[in-house]
This record gives sequence, structure tokens and C-alpha cells, in this order.
Amino acid sequence: MQPYNRRSLQELMLAFEPVSERFIADATLRLSLRPLDAANRLHGGAASFAGRNVLIRTRGQLAAVLALLALDGVAARILLCPPDVTDEQIHRIMQDGETDIIVTDADICDENSTPARQVAATPRFDTEWVLFTSGTSGVPKLVLHSLTSLTAPLRDGPSADHAVWATFYDIRRYGGLQILLRALIGGGSMVLSDVDEPVASFLIRIGKAAVTHVSGTPSHWLRALMSGAAAKITPAYVRLSGEMASQDILDRLRQTYPQARIGHAFASTEAGVAFSVYDGRAGFPATVLSAVPPRPTIRIEGGTLRVRSGAAAARYLGTPPRGLVDADGFIDTGDMVELQDDRYHVIGRREGVVNVGGLKVHPEEVEEVINRHPGVLMSRVWGRHSPIIGTLIAADVVLTPRHDGVVGDFAGIRAEIMAACRAALAPHKVPVRLTKVAEIPVMASGKIERRRA
Amino acid sequence: MPMRDMILEMITTIARQQNKQLAPLHDDLELLGSGLDSLCIAILVAELDNEFGIDPLSAADELSFPVTVGDFIRLYENAAV
Repeated sequence: MQPYNRRSLQELMLAFEPVSERFIADATLRLSLRPLDAANRLHGGAASFAGRNVLIRTRGQLAAVLALLALDGVAARILLCPPDVTDEQIHRIMQDGETDIIVTDADICDENSTPARQVAATPRFDTEWVLFTSGTSGVPKLVLHSLTSLTAPLRDGPSADHAVWATFYDIRRYGGLQILLRALIGGGSMVLSDVDEPVASFLIRIGKAAVTHVSGTPSHWLRALMSGAAAKITPAYVRLSGEMASQDILDRLRQTYPQARIGHAFASTEAGVAFSVYDGRAGFPATVLSAVPPRPTIRIEGGTLRVRSGAAAARYLGTPPRGLVDADGFIDTGDMVELQDDRYHVIGRREGVVNVGGLKVHPEEVEEVINRHPGVLMSRVWGRHSPIIGTLIAADVVLTPRHDGVVGDFAGIRAEIMAACRAALAPHKVPVRLTKVAEIPVMASGKIERRRA
Repeated sequence: MPMRDMILEMITTIARQQNKQLAPLHDDLELLGSGLDSLCIAILVAELDNEFGIDPLSAADELSFPVTVGDFIRLYENAAV
């Protein structure tokens, strides 16, 4: 807990002289950001949370935004709970987060209530912000940030005022929160996604709101492109993060949104935004490695990308204490990179490696080859049990529907994919089985749900 | 096509795909002396599982690995019954 020495999120938001009406909206509500005193939307006011560690656990995102605006600078610590955290996990999370108080939807006034005039709590704290990592299994890890670290990346990239931002992410995840902060602090507006809202409905809704800046994972964007509603938006800026952006998805987006500036960012909850690339090509140029502070410093060691940055988290919460940085202050992102023709490519996650008879295979490198086939919309590669050498490569494939909704002949496509894999990949990386599937599940975090053997 | 012929055909195809020089196949030929490496044999086993839904080598009661081409074929012929 540190003494208050900065402006709160709400103060930063209101500092902006708007050129037009600023708003934040979800599927049912549209709130004007000026004037907005978020503390008035907390039943009982913000004062009762002063100096406390508060878990924000709401169903919708708009309630969470109101709670953030009301509590930053007031609470000692805010824990921003994503929607997929289960009741069973909450006990452990509250323990690790040292919190005993939860803000839920019931604590937030909706538009129809008349907010009671509250005694405004004087901001006094440099509130700690705790984000949850999208762990693939088990209880998510709690990552300690501050508004300073979370807003450090804002000095780069677009901050056009009167921009209308939208993201496929939930704003309670790092990638989504970045967009919310850009909108609030950069003088823009924001349209939030709604739980269980179909992608097409979301696109139509943000199109009506004249969205200009849109972000999501490559999997999010793929779903948008296949939704039939991709043309409902004409963004000036398209951003990808959270997963490796393949050349295929970058090309598809370029074709769909020729007017847009398209960037892919390398970021994680722990390391923050490391850098963004705008040249329309997958991977990143070697020049990224020569960035100097205040930009994040990037280095590659042991094959993985490492980041030292003011945007990085301070530490993990909970016991046992888990280290975040090495002796030189670098965070190992676990993203494995490889230099190919003067350009670095993320080839996969270290923990995602499949071991085929002692040889390493990154599922992503095989998916990249499969996805080049025009008949393939999406694929997922996984390690299948083999009694001979432990594991073999298998792949699930979603075919691109034709305009009449019928998918092509799989036997022919399978033979072409196999030929492409044999031509491009070492023998142990070639799938022994290709299975046509209707859908590949995408997790709440917007990333492909990895299949375990 | 009988199981024996299916297996022999698969072996030939896999060897061609993996650029392996295949010895003339007969029942007493040792699998690992045939020109197939362990990856080829693993692919063969996986393809037989794909094709027929049988994987006798993963079965809990199968402890010994077939040594010759003939052993391998008999294992699958028995499993397919």
C-alpha cells in the first residue's frame, strides 16, 4: 500500500476535453462518460471500500468498468476477476489475493436506478491492480500490476481522441483491459462485448456504433471473418494479440479491411505489451531487439522471448512465492522464437511442445502449414498416443464453407494437405491422422483450447 | 482385401512416403531390418488404427512386441477376429 501520488483512472478519463460525446456501451446500456461519477453507481458509495482489497466479480463487463472507475485510487487493491472463474476457485483466489470483500452486480446501480448522492471517497491510494492469467488448467495465477504498468504501453500506438474502440476480448483480461484503458485515458469511447453474444451480433452492434479501432486474438478475428458479418465494420485500426498471428490471418484481414492499419502485438499478462508490428508480415523484424528504454527491452535466450519493461507486472500473488523476473529483470514469456530469413517467428509455446520419439514439434508450426490450404479455415494439432514412440502428430481440421454453405470433398483436401505437410515439414512433424471437425473450441481467453493427448 | 495384403501395401506406401529403401518383404524378415525406422512403424500402427479401429499394441495384455513381419501380421489378424 503506497501513499497516493497519481491521478486515478476516473480523473485521467475526465481530464480529457472531448470533441464529441464520449460513451461506453454494452448490448443493453449506453453511458455517457461525461459527466460520469462512477462512485455514485456503487450502492453504499466507494468510501466503504477505502483502503481495502476488493475482488470485482460481475457478470457483465460494464459493471466491472464502473467498479474500476469508482475504486481506483480508493481501494488498496483491485482484483479483476474474469467471467470464467468458478465458484470452487474463488476461495483460493481470495486467499491468495488477501481479500475478503467482493463487488458484484448487486452492488452496481443500473441506468434505471437513481444513484444516491454519496460522499465521495477521497482518492488516497496508488491502487494495486491484480489480473488473472488465462491458465490452461487449474486455478489462474494472480499477477500484480499497477495503473502505471498497465498504462505504460499507451505511449505507443494509436491514441486518437474520438476513436471508438471495441474488442472481442473481455476487458477483465490483459488484452481487453489495454483497449479499455486506451479508450478511457486516450479520450475515446468503447463498445463492450456481451457474455454469449454471437460474433455476428457483436459486429453488427459495433458497426452501428461506428467503431474505428478493433482488437482481438487471431482466433477471434477468424471467427469474425467467418461470421458473415465482417463487412459490418470498416475499422481504421485492426489489432491482433494473444496468439501468434499467421501470415494467413494477416492476409485475410488485409483483404477484408483494405483501409485499416493492421498491427499484431506481442504481449502477455505478466510481461505486458512488448512490441507491435505493422508491416503486415507474420513474425517480427530483428530491429525489435535493439529497442531501448523507455521502450521494453527484448532479448532471446534459450530460444524464448524475454522482456524487461515498465509495462511488466511486479510479481505473482499467493503462496508459495513464484518468481517473475530473472536476475537481470527479464521475464521469460515462454514463447519460442526462431530466425527464418532475417525475421523472427514465434514457433510455439514452450509448454505446448509435443515430443515425437525424442524430437520436438510445435503444434503451431504444423497448423501454419495446414492452414495455408485454401479449403482449411482452422486447424488444431495435438499429440496422439503411439505405442511405438510415445506420441505422434494428429490434426483436427475445420473446412472453409463455400458460399452455398457446403464444404468441399474432404478426401481430396486431406490428400493435398498431407502432400503439403510432407513437402514442408520433417517426417516426424507430419500428421498421421487428419480428422474433419465441425468446430475447434476457443477458450474464454480467445485462444484455441489446446488438446492434450 | 485380406489383412495381410493391406498391411503389406501400407508398409510399401509408408516406406515410399518416408523415402526408405525397403527390403523384399517376407514373414521371417525382422521389422527393424526391413528398412522401416521406428517412426515408420509408429505411422503404420496409427494407420491401422485409423483404418480398422484396432490397436493391439496399446492393449493392456499385449506385452511382447512383434519382431518379424510375420509376427506383426499375425498380431493384427488375431486382433481383427
